[in-house]
Parts: sequence; structure tokens; C-alpha cells
Amino acid sequence: MSSTLSTGLLTSSDSTLSTEVGNPWANIGIFLGFVAVTLFFVIRASKNNKTAADFYAGGRAFSGGQNGTAIAGDYLSAASFLGIVGAIAIYGYDGFLYSIGFLVAWLIALLLVAELMRNTGKFTMADVLSFRLRQQPVRIAAAISTLCVCLFYLLAQMAGAGALVSLLVGVDSRAGQSLVIALVGALMIVYVFIGGMKGTTWVQIIKATLLILGSGVMTVWVMALFGFNFSGLLGGAVENTGEANLLEPGLQYGADLFTRLDFISLGVALVLGTAALPHVLIRFYTVPTAKDARKSVVVAIGLIGAFYLFTLVLGFGAAALLDQDQILAAPGGQNSAAPLLAYELGGTLLLGIIAAVAFATNLAVVAGLTITASASFAHDVYGQVIKKGQIDSKGEVRAGRVTVIVVGALAIVGGIGAQGQNVAFLVALAFAVAASANLPTIIYSLFWKGFTTRGALWSIYGGLGSAIVLISFSPVVWGSDTSFFPETDLAFYPLTNPGIVSIPLAFLLGFIGSKTSKIAEDPVKQAEMEIRSLTGVGAEKAVDH
Amino acid sequence: MSSPAGAHAPVDYREVQSRAEFQELKRTHRSFVFPMTVVFIVWYLVYVLMAAFLPQVMAIQVFGNINVGIIMGLLQFLTTFVITGLYVAFSNSKLDPKASKIRHELEAAGIGLPDETPDDAVVTAPDAGDEASEASATQGATATQKGAERP
Repeated sequence: MSSTLSTGLLTSSDSTLSTEVGNPWANIGIFLGFVAVTLFFVIRASKNNKTAADFYAGGRAFSGGQNGTAIAGDYLSAASFLGIVGAIAIYGYDGFLYSIGFLVAWLIALLLVAELMRNTGKFTMADVLSFRLRQQPVRIAAAISTLCVCLFYLLAQMAGAGALVSLLVGVDSRAGQSLVIALVGALMIVYVFIGGMKGTTWVQIIKATLLILGSGVMTVWVMALFGFNFSGLLGGAVENTGEANLLEPGLQYGADLFTRLDFISLGVALVLGTAALPHVLIRFYTVPTAKDARKSVVVAIGLIGAFYLFTLVLGFGAAALLDQDQILAAPGGQNSAAPLLAYELGGTLLLGIIAAVAFATNLAVVAGLTITASASFAHDVYGQVIKKGQIDSKGEVRAGRVTVIVVGALAIVGGIGAQGQNVAFLVALAFAVAASANLPTIIYSLFWKGFTTRGALWSIYGGLGSAIVLISFSPVVWGSDTSFFPETDLAFYPLTNPGIVSIPLAFLLGFIGSKTSKIAEDPVKQAEMEIRSLTGVGAEKAVDH
Repeated sequence: MSSPAGAHAPVDYREVQSRAEFQELKRTHRSFVFPMTVVFIVWYLVYVLMAAFLPQVMAIQVFGNINVGIIMGLLQFLTTFVITGLYVAFSNSKLDPKASKIRHELEAAGIGLPDETPDDAVVTAPDAGDEASEASATQGATATQKGAERP
């Protein structure tokens, strides 16, 4: 243990990690390097952004390997990296348990979603959902649900950016953090506005490579300290923390029946929500064929799986090498475990790299969400619903760029407003909404002939509405220490994750709605969709330049 | 939906759908993905339920500090990788040849050529009832959008 680190943190109660540990200028310098490199790629990519297929789907010209890396970049947020390493460092096994849902979920994308979506759609989830049902109402519903998921996720990321800055760069005043959130938002607008999906994809690829390399190096380092003996590492973690139950489930989720049900609800939402996250779905359109979409998911599963194995080692490594109280006392609490571990291992330089990677991670995820929201608004709402498809591809790109600025501005305002609020639940809510409002309709419309417009609308609005209503009457909002209203207890719903109720409900509503529907859907469109989804006939082709 | 060039005869998708070779493709696809989805979801639920309700079983030490829980967790990784590999092998050997055969036949008959697709994806289903009411609401929004577009 570095003595400067511990004394620094112990002697001055209001000090920040970064003023005591590492050098904020090193962190900022490395991060600016990342910005410079990614901007170069973004500007280079912008030269070919002419059509809507360029802007929203990167010209459909990325390879499966590139896109798989970008998917990992989109998916592995700073919350995954800092959050899971921290959760394992503090709660041991329960942090690991949490990480597994994020990986297993990809099998849904691989087996049921990726290729069929690629074959059937053009830019957005709504393209597929409204393919054989009534266009207007289904497209609007799908766009609303897409925008909700993006918004929840975006708010969480932007608020996280403020916290990350206080943790990594030493800016801890509210005004300073607001300024940094505004800068992050502005940078993200520049990326997406100029680079479109091509630029965003390169940002994701660079970021994913840095994140996985950085955490991989730390993992080997930690394992080397324990003679590459995993059992020894676990033993060291138990010994150092003095927590005998660190290696078994229960420290975080095992308190009572509700916390256990809460975890099950979260796990189900993770597994069923991932493949229905709009910013994941939109990535399947950036490759030329369904086979490349399959390869994307295979590469993504490999990278994401490796990453969560790294977090397992890093989390227990932090538990074995650092002092738990010191982690919890640092700014950012358990999220500081990974940066502190980096400092413990490699000093200022490694901390700087990991800090910059974490920040780049945040920026890249924000960019991915923004292009998704922009595509959904410009293509679904503006192009197809308002303009009824009477819009050329230049008009769609123009509308998309305007939306990027609007979404970016909203994210900045929301992020500044959400500072200091407990918004971590928004990520879990985004997964729960994706699993409730999107997944049932995706599965039904791809696999069930009898699915109807009414079924789709009931399922989307029912899933979205029930998830939001349940969370509004949950302990997240009412009656517990971390709630928005800790004094009043209106938490009729005892869990903090709505998935366990809203997901089955949405599946049921889709079924009942379809069964009770009196208007038959067009069997020819159903036949066309089925043939296209399975064979790739008539699928959107790559753009030639 | 009809080809703008008008060069191809209209496609009878329902006829194609009813062909034995297409039904065979659909059956082959579903015979793999459905059972496999059930298997991995049940296996994940078993794991999560055991972690929630049988922590004492998960805590049983197997060797060194490695307990049942750690092993089951790592097995989740392993099964995910194995199912991924199985699916890729299955697709390459069983699905892709069937799918490309049908696709080539259809494309030879002029279906799904690139110039036909943009219209396909944009097709608006008959929605006559909504049209009138939406048109007025739409115009307002369009005007705002246009204003915003002209900086």
C-alpha cells in the first residue's frame, strides 16, 4: 500500500482522490490524446457521409469483426467497468453474479435477433416492428419506446460523467462538474454531427480496444502478483478484507426476500433487455450481410466475456490489495476501486491511462446513444410518420443532424440537473424497459404469425407504462434513505427493478391483444417478412463509394 | 412495393412461403434456436435462483478457495462460449446453404434486387382512418422542424 495515498486520504477529509493520488494533468493529457485520435477518425469518416445509410448505418460497410468490437464498445459502459470492479471489491461474489447476466444476454441477440433484424430492417427497430403491421401506430410506439430507453440511459451516463470527473480529474465543485458535463456533451455532439454512424463506430472501436487492453494488462499484473494462482488471489481477498463470506452469494443481495427477488428481477431484465437495447440493435445495420451480423455478435461475445473475466480478477484483486474502507471513503465510493487499483499497481501513469479510458468509455457510450436517438427521431418520427416517407435521404440526414444537437442539448441539461441525484437506477430501468416494451414485440413479430397491431401496441405501451409506473411507486422514489422522497413511503411496489412484473405482463398483453384483435393483418406482408428475415432476400445492401 | 423499374413480375410471397424448401429452412432454424434459448435461460435461472436461495450450497469449497458458486459462475461463461460456437457451426453447415439456395432462386427471378428495396422498407400500410387527423397535427410539427433546420 502506498503510504502517500493512505495518509493523504486519511488526513484531509475533504480532499479528493485525484488531488492526492496521481496527477490530474496526466489524466487530462492522456484523455486529450484519445480525443485527438478519435477526432481524426471522425473527420476522416465524415468525408463519405452523404446518404442516410452512411449517416445512420455507416454505409453498412463495417466488417463483422469491426462491428463486434464496436458493439463491445457501445455495451461496456463506465458503469460496467468501474461499477462491477467496485461491486466485487466490496461485495465479492454478488458483484460477479451481477456481471454474468450482461454476458449471457448476448445469446438472445445471437440466436433470435441479430441476423433476422439485419435482414428485415433498414435503420431502426421500428423498421422491423412495423414491417407487417399497421405502419403509423406501431412505428410511433416503437419510436417512443426507443427514445425512452435512450433517454434513461443517456441521463445516467451524463450524470455519471460528472461523478467520473470528480473522481478522475479533480474537479469537484458543482459548477466545475457542470462545465465538464457541458464539454462532454459538446464533444459528443461534434463526434456524432460530423461523423455520423461511421465516426461513432470508430470511436467505439478505439475505446473498446483501449478498455479491454487496459483491463487485460491490469488483470495479468494482478494475477502475476499472486503467482497466477486464482485460488490464492481469492484467499488473499478474504484475508485482506476480513470478510469470511466474500466468496459466496449474499453480501449485497442476500439481506431478505425482497433483495433476493430484486436481484432475480434485475438478472431477468439484463438477460432479456440487452438484445432489445436500441443502441445495440442499430449496430446490426452497419454490416453488409446477416452473416456479418452473426460474426459481430460472436466477436462481441468473445470480447465482452473476456472483459467480465478481467473484472472478476480486478475486483478480487482490489479486495486483496486495497483497503475496503479507503475505497468507500474515496470520492465515487466503490466506483473508485478500479482507479485506486491502477494506482497501486502502476502509479500515476497507469492511473492516468485507466482514468482516460474510463472517461473515453463514457463519451463513446453517450455518442452511441445519441446517434440511436437521432436515427429513431429523424427516420421513424420525422421521415416516416410526419413526412410519410416522402423524404429523400439528404432530408433525413439533415433532420438527423438537427436531432443530434437537440438530443445533445437535452442530455447536457439533464445531466447537469441530475448531478448528485441517485440516478444509477436509470440504467437498470433502461434494461427493464427494453426487455418489457421492445423484446416481446421483436420476438412475436419475427416468430409468431398471429401477432397483430393491437398485440404490438398493448405490449409496447403496456411494457413501457408498467415499468415506469412500478418504478415510480418503488423504494427508488419513496421511503428509503437513497430515495428522492425519503420521508414519505408511497412504495407500493417493494422492489427496485420492475422487470419481474413488467416483462411477463408485456408478453401476456402482446398475446391477448393479438388473440382479441378483430382486424386481420396482411398475410402477404407476413410471408414477405418471414422470407426476408430467414433468407436475406432484398436486404439492404452496403453503400459503394 | 412493386418495383419502380417495373421490370419484374409481382412476387407471390405466400407461394414462396408455402414451398417445401422454405418450410424446411424455417423448421431447421427453429429446431436449433428455440431449444437452445430455453436451455440457456433455464440454466441461467437455475444459477441465479441457487445464488439467491441456496447460498450455502454455493459456498461449498471444492478445491482451495474455489467454491461451487465460483465454478457455476465460470461455467456460465463456458456454456455461453460453447453455445455460440455450436450455433456458428450449425449455421454454417445447415442454415446458410439452405438460405442462400432460396435467396439465389428468388434473386434469379428478379426478387429483392437492390433498386427495389428502398421502396419496400418504406411501404405504408393502409391507414386511411388515421390519415386525416394526423395530417393537421403533422403540419405543425413539420413547420417547427423546418424552422429548426434553417439555422
